[in-house]
Amino acid sequence: MVVIGAGMIGAACADALARRGMRVAVLDRGPVVGGTTGAGEGNLLVSDKGPGPELELAVESLRLWRELAEDLGPRALEYEPKGGLVVARDRQAFTELQASARLQCLSGVTTVEVPADALGELEPHLAPGLAGGVHYPQDAQVQPALAAAALLRRARDTGRVHLLAATTVTGLSEGRVETDAHGTLLCASVVNAAGTWSGEIAALAGATLPVLPRRGFVLVTEPLPPLVRHKVYAADYVADVASGSADLQSSAVVEGTAAGPVLIGASRERVGFDRGLSVPVLARLAAQAAELFPALREVRVLRAYRGFRPYLPDHLPAIGPDPERPWLFQACGHEGAGIGLAPATARLVAQLLDGEQPFMDPAPFGPGRFGKEQA
Amino acid sequence: MANSADAVDGHDLGDRHERYDLAVVGAGPAGLAAAAAAAEHGVRVALLDSAPWPGGQFYRQPAAELRASRPQALHHHWPAFQRLLARLDVARERVTLLADHHVWSVTGGSGAFAVRALTGPDQRQARQLTARQVLFATGAHERQLPFPGWTLPGVVGAGGAQAMLKAGLVLPGRHVVVAGSGPLLLAVASCLVTAGATVPLVAEAADYLGYARGARVLAANPGKLVEGAQHGATLLRHGVRLRPRTAVVAAHGTDRVEAVTLGRLDAAWRPVPGSEWRVPCDAVAVGHGLVPQLELPLELGCRTRRLPDGSAALVVDAAQRTSVPGVWAAGESTGVGGVQLAVTEGELAGLAVAGQTAAPRELLRRRARQRAFAELMAARHAPGGGWTQWLDDATEVCRCEEVTARQVRDAVSELGAPDQRTVKLLTRAGMGWCQARMCGPAVARLCGAHDDGAPTRPLSTPVPLGLLAECDTPAPPSEGAPDDHP
Ligand SMILES: Cc1cc2nc3c(=O)[nH]c(=O)nc-3n(C[C@H](O)[C@H](O)[C@H](O)COP(=O)(O)OP(=O)(O)OC[C@H]3O[C@@H](n4cnc5c(N)ncnc54)[C@H](O)[C@@H]3O)c2cc1C
Ligand SMILES: Cc1cc2nc3c(=O)[nH]c(=O)nc-3n(C[C@H](O)[C@H](O)[C@H](O)COP(=O)(O)OP(=O)(O)OC[C@H]3O[C@@H](n4cnc5c(N)ncnc54)[C@H](O)[C@@H]3O)c2cc1C
Repeated sequence: MVVIGAGMIGAACADALARRGMRVAVLDRGPVVGGTTGAGEGNLLVSDKGPGPELELAVESLRLWRELAEDLGPRALEYEPKGGLVVARDRQAFTELQASARLQCLSGVTTVEVPADALGELEPHLAPGLAGGVHYPQDAQVQPALAAAALLRRARDTGRVHLLAATTVTGLSEGRVETDAHGTLLCASVVNAAGTWSGEIAALAGATLPVLPRRGFVLVTEPLPPLVRHKVYAADYVADVASGSADLQSSAVVEGTAAGPVLIGASRERVGFDRGLSVPVLARLAAQAAELFPALREVRVLRAYRGFRPYLPDHLPAIGPDPERPWLFQACGHEGAGIGLAPATARLVAQLLDGEQPFMDPAPFGPGRFGKEQA
Repeated sequence: MANSADAVDGHDLGDRHERYDLAVVGAGPAGLAAAAAAAEHGVRVALLDSAPWPGGQFYRQPAAELRASRPQALHHHWPAFQRLLARLDVARERVTLLADHHVWSVTGGSGAFAVRALTGPDQRQARQLTARQVLFATGAHERQLPFPGWTLPGVVGAGGAQAMLKAGLVLPGRHVVVAGSGPLLLAVASCLVTAGATVPLVAEAADYLGYARGARVLAANPGKLVEGAQHGATLLRHGVRLRPRTAVVAAHGTDRVEAVTLGRLDAAWRPVPGSEWRVPCDAVAVGHGLVPQLELPLELGCRTRRLPDGSAALVVDAAQRTSVPGVWAAGESTGVGGVQLAVTEGELAGLAVAGQTAAPRELLRRRARQRAFAELMAARHAPGGGWTQWLDDATEVCRCEEVTARQVRDAVSELGAPDQRTVKLLTRAGMGWCQARMCGPAVARLCGAHDDGAPTRPLSTPVPLGLLAECDTPAPPSEGAPDDHP
């Protein structure tokens, strides 16, 4: 097996395949976690997903993350099952939030409604005047780079995994992966986990996969004593994720970290791979965070970073074999949820490769769903 | 700019912001010269610096209450500084000096750059201006290579020690070992002894013999020779010894440094086993050269090149233009080269911004000569790869996040982390307050690189969140700015 990409998805796939006894080479043109995995946050969320296949995948994935944390130790991943708190600014937003929470319940999500006067118990520094919220105990977080590294290490410890960094894939056909640094690798199947660049990999094999970048900025404050306990965000975030518009949308998720800094992120824009700094985008993140937690106004923002999420037009990942190339497995396009969805994605890939009954219907993630014309 | 969110709303900002022809970031020798030259030719200039007074690293002034103490005693180039200030004074109608303004971001493109700064007590006030062009004269900061004990109180940066002296006229200690590499060490030592400290020795990791190979370049820079000779004479008079191929390989003490272990180095900077000896002291001033400060131009997409010592510097053309239209650079940001080169480049940049296309031949000749000298210095004092051998596993490499050499080495050997960014992601080295300004070069070199890397920092200084929240206005539309930065 060859896995292309040593980000979160590639790491999880390598681990899942190696544990089933397969011999795996993991290639990356850069270092490990040098792509989007090293440029995002590590929220593991069910709260932001409406009922449907992505939520089903997320519920299973969060269960697998808990297992991983037990197996590898929470410190190795900086795993924190801290729970999410989604708040509503006004009555109407609260009503919508409650309705969506009830639907999520049906998909196996635990939700707890929090009336306005009880918000302070969960988050003492939250702004006054909010209409209410919903608490999602399943929401958790990991440090993505550490988590991917830990999975790669575990995979390598099986003795069946080779990690080839600084190796660019230059050609792809059945049974053959051509690289610049290690010549041609022969293999039975290929897993395309090249994130935002997976479209290019697919194209090398003659396949079409319309993966595009969606830029995000994250703000990091100076280290603070505990101020924010959960992952807190305003309810309009849920609408942003599903939005098809190219404009900036953001509703900042505010969270404390074990190391002290508060993270505020992330914005969502479609601006190609533009790395330019956008002060208004940072300003909006800051304003939203200050609206939720007024005490943050006085706090200094130490740094900002950016990354490019891999997204597909319908905001669902592509998981499974290419319809015309059964040897080419896609595992990409997870947009803003690739960390959260990684373990379940890997499980699905491994089951499909092994010809096993998958734990869920993979059809909604079928890589053939975009047709051929849509590049 | 259609692609950039800065212009999403697209509307003009009207008169809300001050407008200038040119914003000069940094009022050191380069920035002062550039501002003066441009203003003398009719350009309206805003000259910003985070320090309370203009002057930069070299013409650093003591705080007002200490003014009486004759700062010029510590300066060889004080008259040149006075002349620059006088020129700015003559052109004062066209120069707005904004001291105590720390620029945290420059965005936009040619014709309309938005320059955002923090000012006031504790840097908690915002100031924004727009300028048709920008010039970066942001100088450099010191390169630090750690050694066991370097976090002890009393161990200070060599440049920092000199700065402390010039700004506050305080000594870091009474018996100060000066160590590291680069021409700065002699200047620092001579400053220290002039101010009354004893300097048991100057440990220079490189080999001064190598200068002989650059004899032609040296001969073409008589000023440098005179300066070196002046420092040399001062040191001689005070009985200070210069030991080439020598480094502080450990500092000792409990509450404060009490002694250092020195060791001989081979040509690759590997400590020679058995060559160590101990010297008592109550302070150590160390520095391994200077690294240009580039975060603002890097955010705009300016191209860089590697100097022979592995530092990254901005690429500029003959007119001091960077690779991004409307963006200029002068002084250490284009490569560390000393105060005279900084002034020359500033002068040339200022003239070019003002549209004076025919630069005086003498200035061009001077720049070529001084640059050759700078390249020679950079090559002679390039850190050798062997320095990592004096690091024990327990030495903290990143002081902000308390990351040890062992953790960095593990990230490199176990996961093949090839660069500073990957090590940062896996260990937190460089994520703290200084944002890798201190540990970045050391971490990059621990990964096996022979250069300092060039980490990007979208915010060049911490910004209060409340102020950032108020910056929700788009930058003004620019004239044909590039929208995809490389
Ligand atoms: C600002 C921001 C915040 C985010 N927050 C979250 C969050 O809170 N929770 C969450 O779950 N997700 C979040 N995400 C999304 C998440 O980061 C991504 O979905 C995830 O990292 C994708 O992982 P990946 O392994 O698919 O891609 P990557 O990590 O990008 O890995 C792909 C790898 O493929 C390699 N590659 C590409 N082309 C080639 C080639 N030709 N040859 C060899 N190798 C190649 C690349 O070098 C890269 O290392 C966020 C993203 C951003 C930008
Ligand atoms: C400590 C030290 C001692 C030195 N001693 C000698 C010596 O003895 N002899 C010699 O020839 N050379 C010496 N040098 C080198 C000499 O100082 C430099 O060559 C010269 O100062 C370079 O001038 P510059 O204008 O490029 O940069 P600098 O003098 O460094 O000026 C840069 C200015 O930019 C400002 N700045 C940077 N970023 C920002 C920002 N974001 N916002 C606002 N302002 C900003 C800084 O505050 C600084 O004032 C020394 C350098 C240092 C660091």
